[in-house]
Amino acid sequence: MIPQPAPVSPILGKLSLDALPLHEPIVVATFAVVALGGIGLFAALTYFRLWGYLWKEWFTSVDHKKIGIMYMILGLVMFLRGFADAIMIRSQQALGFGGSDGYLNSHHFDQVFTAHGVIMIFFVAMPFVTGLMNYVVPLQIGARDVSFPFLNNFSFWMTVGGAVLVMASLFIGEFARTGWLAYPPLSGLAYSPDVGVDYYIWSLQVAGVGTTLSGVNLIATIVKLRAPGMSLMKMPVFTWTALVTNILIVAVFPVLTVVLALLGLDRVFHTNFFTNDFGGSPMLYVNLIWIWGHPEVYILVLPIFGVFSEVVSTFCSKRLFGYSSMVYATCVIGILSYIVWLHHFFTMGSGASVNSFFGISTMVISIPTGAKLFNWLFTMYKGRIRYTLPMMWTVAFMLTFVIGGMTGVMMAVPAADFVLHNSVFLIAHFHNVIIGGVVWGVFAAINYWWPKAFGFKLNEFWGKVSFWMWVPGFWVAFTPLYMLGLMGVTRRMRVFDASFDPLRIYYWIALLGAFMIAAGIGAMLIQIGVSIWKREELKDESGDPWNGRTLEWATSSPPPEYNFAFTPKIHEIDAWADMKAKGVARPTEGFRDIYMPQGTWAGITLAGLATLCGFALIWQVWWLAIASFVGVVATAIAHTFNYNRTFYIKADHVAEVEAARTAQLAALEKGAA
Amino acid sequence: MSTANLTGQYYDLHEHEHPDGYSTTLGFWIYLMSDCLIFGMLFATYAVLGGNYAGGPGPKDLFDLNLVAINTSMLLFSSITYGFAMIAMQKGSKQGLIGWLILTLAFGLTFLGIELYEFHHLIEEGAGPQRSAFLSAFFTLVGTHGLHVTFGSIWLVTLLFQVGKHGLTAANQRRLSCLSLFWHFLDVVWIGVFTFVYLMGALR
Repeated sequence: MIPQPAPVSPILGKLSLDALPLHEPIVVATFAVVALGGIGLFAALTYFRLWGYLWKEWFTSVDHKKIGIMYMILGLVMFLRGFADAIMIRSQQALGFGGSDGYLNSHHFDQVFTAHGVIMIFFVAMPFVTGLMNYVVPLQIGARDVSFPFLNNFSFWMTVGGAVLVMASLFIGEFARTGWLAYPPLSGLAYSPDVGVDYYIWSLQVAGVGTTLSGVNLIATIVKLRAPGMSLMKMPVFTWTALVTNILIVAVFPVLTVVLALLGLDRVFHTNFFTNDFGGSPMLYVNLIWIWGHPEVYILVLPIFGVFSEVVSTFCSKRLFGYSSMVYATCVIGILSYIVWLHHFFTMGSGASVNSFFGISTMVISIPTGAKLFNWLFTMYKGRIRYTLPMMWTVAFMLTFVIGGMTGVMMAVPAADFVLHNSVFLIAHFHNVIIGGVVWGVFAAINYWWPKAFGFKLNEFWGKVSFWMWVPGFWVAFTPLYMLGLMGVTRRMRVFDASFDPLRIYYWIALLGAFMIAAGIGAMLIQIGVSIWKREELKDESGDPWNGRTLEWATSSPPPEYNFAFTPKIHEIDAWADMKAKGVARPTEGFRDIYMPQGTWAGITLAGLATLCGFALIWQVWWLAIASFVGVVATAIAHTFNYNRTFYIKADHVAEVEAARTAQLAALEKGAA
Repeated sequence: MSTANLTGQYYDLHEHEHPDGYSTTLGFWIYLMSDCLIFGMLFATYAVLGGNYAGGPGPKDLFDLNLVAINTSMLLFSSITYGFAMIAMQKGSKQGLIGWLILTLAFGLTFLGIELYEFHHLIEEGAGPQRSAFLSAFFTLVGTHGLHVTFGSIWLVTLLFQVGKHGLTAANQRRLSCLSLFWHFLDVVWIGVFTFVYLMGALR
């Protein structure tokens, strides 16, 4: 009646040498490359004696700017992994015709497309977006750090912990073969008895804790730490979108936590939430996970709308058109995103009334989104537009995203969705909005804020090469999928029988597009490398290379650890533009001690133990799971006995840093004159 | 207007730092709301699956309302005593605070003991969480609440040590207020459990 658990060793759980994929040449080769790279990196860090520096200045740092940069690095590294999966999917599908089996067996291929989705959403898009918010929001609101700096460090390391678990699944055991949302009953114990789904569950649980806490943190920061005079309707738009995004995070990530916990209970303790028998309901899982999943889409894209708003108004040298309508549109999108989840499974068969409700609510979202687009267009209208890289990405976004939005409205019609559901048309649609929206927005943001973070601009030439590879590459890669989807081709196919032969050319074109995107990514890596190499030529000493409008441009680049020696007072929406227009002089004397949070080892230690606990739970090594969990609780308690978490930056030191800045600005002015 | 004047208008030249724990209450409140959503989802799951007995026992066969009434009163009493603890803290009475906290802990642990007894009893009867979707949802909802009370108790013990060691410092008072929010929150959730699971279950 009740399934008996498979025998597990009390010492090693389900872990054994069989877990190592020694019989899979592709994986072994990957492992060899990763291991060699890892050893090389480790040796280099040791040789240059960088461990102490990294530990002290970065890993244990609670500075929001450093944590933001670390999030971006995590996102970039995982992006390369996720893109490698994408190339594998595209090439397998191009090869799997005419009786050929391609080069990936189904066991492998199913893991690849699952990992691709999970990594791109949770470990690429999320870290990028969180990293941007972490870096920019405190600067934009004139704060010295976030509300809970230790929690911020902890959240980051939990996200890393989740990423580590996903990467570990590549070499120890396997990842889920269920698709990125792991629908039961397929993800239940009966059909996925191996540890793949457990890796999925625990990597997301560990990372999810970090995401939720960082949401709490940023809401408190925006609500409590704004500079004097910055009322809500004077906040920069990026900060507004960050606020709504973080409210969404706190309002939906608990749902994900619960639904994954229940799936885990089904798998480990044989409960019957989502099973086919004993009263379980797989469709309950699908509902719950999309109650998280749809707002998640807006969690990713709203801050990006904020980025585009900042970029458009900066590079058109104008105030954003329709500031208040932008704010209201953001809030309305935030609310509506909560009541559309069922459009992901109209085919569940909930009946005409329910489907109509969700169809209409989905279409309604396009109204505030459309308002935003018009606001950006009207900002550009009669603006003095400077086509720098961030602006180019913004224009590409506006052209591309609108089409993705329209195909979304197409699928919001339930009757049409019955035909398009689960087809590659859907794949084309959401890549259209996520690449054309989120990814390009992140690129715009990187090009825009890089000089702030590092004090030099990114190389324009290689940035443009990347742009011209990426944008057409995207369309070459995904237009064929739109067409195939309209013809009825379903997603996640590995091989195609003879009847598909006439469609092969579409897959080859899509593969070509993927290679163009690969070239775009390569150009971007070169862009970063070249910029670092030639940083003296690209140097920006003004701290305000784009003639920016918001407070982050009021500091030096990179900003001092305390951000602002004196907190600015805000009178207008674009505070820095206002200050520049009025010719406000920077204060150069009367500095005071600045109260700052202190770095701590607790965040990385707690997250390390939590990750170990997750690993032990995946393999059902119970003693280790219990021991590491006790370790987490004990470390957390020990940390609360530390009452001294702050220190003063002495006024002398502040005066020194600020004097250097004054000299730098004076030299610039002299050079200009 | 001279530039110096403008500088004073646009920069806070005489600022004071935010006091420690300036955002803590708000932050903790937001966290509680996210926790509230966890319970909300578990309630929703129970609402969907709570009638799926799979041919097994239903709430009428299983719940002992007398026991649940005693259990509920334990938790309600613990909330009252926590309230008295906070009053003692406001008055600056360290001894009073510690006394009331220990009483709160005793009520909390009794609640947990009774809950564990009930779970044990149900599992003995063959009505464990594996038996039906109804029981899976029941054990998870009530068990998650119990886990919260367990962590609240661990936290309470930690604070007893910290108050004993450092006294009623601002930091400790802030922590006690947060635990107070947490503890009353669990009480509110339990009212929901008591009503929707036990009382309405007995009517089914």
